[in-house]
Amino acid sequence: MKFQQQQETRSHSYKVPVDGVASLDFDPYAAAVLRDPYPYYEMMRDAGPIVWLERYGVYAVARYDSVRNVLTDPETYCSSAGVGLTNFHTEEPWRQPSIILEVDPPEHTKTRAVFTRILSPRALKKLTSTFEAQAELMVDRMIEKGVCDGVKDLADAFPIKVFGDAVGVPAEGREHLLPYGDMVFNAFGPANDRFNECLANLGPATEWITKACQRENLTPNGFGAELYDAADAGDISHEDAGMLVRTTLSAGLDTTIFTMGNALVNLGRNPDQWALLRDDPTRARATIEEVLRFDSTFHSFYRTTTRETELEGVPLKKEQKVLVFIASANRDPRHWVEPDHFDVTRKATGNMGFGAGIHGCAGQMIARMEGEIALRTLASKVESIELLGEPVLHFNNTVRGYTSMPMRVTAKRH
Amino acid sequence: MPTITYLLADGTKTDIKVDVGANVMRTAIDADIPGIVAECGGAAMCATCHVYLEPETESVFTAISDVEEEMLECVADDRQPESRLSCQLNVPAGVDRITVRLPKTQS
Repeated sequence: MKFQQQQETRSHSYKVPVDGVASLDFDPYAAAVLRDPYPYYEMMRDAGPIVWLERYGVYAVARYDSVRNVLTDPETYCSSAGVGLTNFHTEEPWRQPSIILEVDPPEHTKTRAVFTRILSPRALKKLTSTFEAQAELMVDRMIEKGVCDGVKDLADAFPIKVFGDAVGVPAEGREHLLPYGDMVFNAFGPANDRFNECLANLGPATEWITKACQRENLTPNGFGAELYDAADAGDISHEDAGMLVRTTLSAGLDTTIFTMGNALVNLGRNPDQWALLRDDPTRARATIEEVLRFDSTFHSFYRTTTRETELEGVPLKKEQKVLVFIASANRDPRHWVEPDHFDVTRKATGNMGFGAGIHGCAGQMIARMEGEIALRTLASKVESIELLGEPVLHFNNTVRGYTSMPMRVTAKRH
Repeated sequence: MPTITYLLADGTKTDIKVDVGANVMRTAIDADIPGIVAECGGAAMCATCHVYLEPETESVFTAISDVEEEMLECVADDRQPESRLSCQLNVPAGVDRITVRLPKTQS
């Protein structure tokens, strides 16, 4: 079985190593794929439980069960070789590896425990009323404007304000965080033109973020300060604390912004679903979960084999990169009923939008909270949302969302 | 084949036959047992798969890790000595029956 797709660039080709495994020629990082990846995901899922991607010399899993199997077996499918295409065991990474994302147990367990404490549901509860007050201000401003930009006025503005404050970074210059996050997520893919251009245009972002992560520049009591407190307590080193503040910022902002934009776009395109949420704003939590399933922010990343193994009956060598398509797993009809239907009444828990297993997103509870509060506030105050024209899609190797979304909102009549 | 028994807060009882190694949270989700939310899907971040172990089941599982301990302090219903997060519980070999009681609420 072989599929030919329109190609943007072609650097090298690999021969399929095992008989019976579908060898695919498409580039998952091509603009045409990023624009609408779902037909390609269907093609991969139908081609088999594991496929070979010729262009990059990697295996890929796109079905729900095979994705789950890889993510919940970190002893065989590790993260310390990097979660991008680059194998840190054999190649030079673009930056120093993250001590939580790109590390295995037991080192991972120690760092993870610090985040578990700082970002626990109990810790987050204290932030609820502050987040709600900000959401109200922003939604009121949108209503006042009437014609607004769903991304700039809410999806961007809300996390930059509340998450930035929660971490405790200076208010001035937070816009630098977005290109830095864009870089981090491009780096999970190949060093293609998109990656190189992003790296070349980073400008002062790296310098700003390095400075912002220093202890003296953080507000007291924020997540950043708490990471340094953990260093004082001996749980991590002080150098690690600074790196983890950086990780928190790069992992926690672009992604939440995109998730909120994806929520707005799908609610705008499905007025019946918006009506369900508007008439019962307590659906906000389930709605954000369905957005994560239906239109996942994170699309794919890699694991690397630690030993010779077998996946779905296919023998894999040690140090083999495996591309894991979580956004495809979330649309797999082998697991979900009518997966291509956006349905806010669905029980979407079990989706792998935040990954799964020990490396499942450490910030997922605050991300859900931000999304829930923004959507609940919107649904409580707004009667209708109408997309004005096509929202502007942002192209990144691994995350998907919008940079602009002109829309008209009308207030609820009380 | 071992059996996991889920005792729901409303008095309902559900038995599910599982393989050795089965995860108590995942089994409940796959069987659509109400009362286990498991919002984070097993990443030990949400504390919404809280269960109480029945006395004969308590000694069966591995000890509570630091991360689980942290999360158990966040559960919505009362934390008891027999409280566990079901995402951290895998059915060990040599056990016939696991019995867990579900709390009144997870959020």
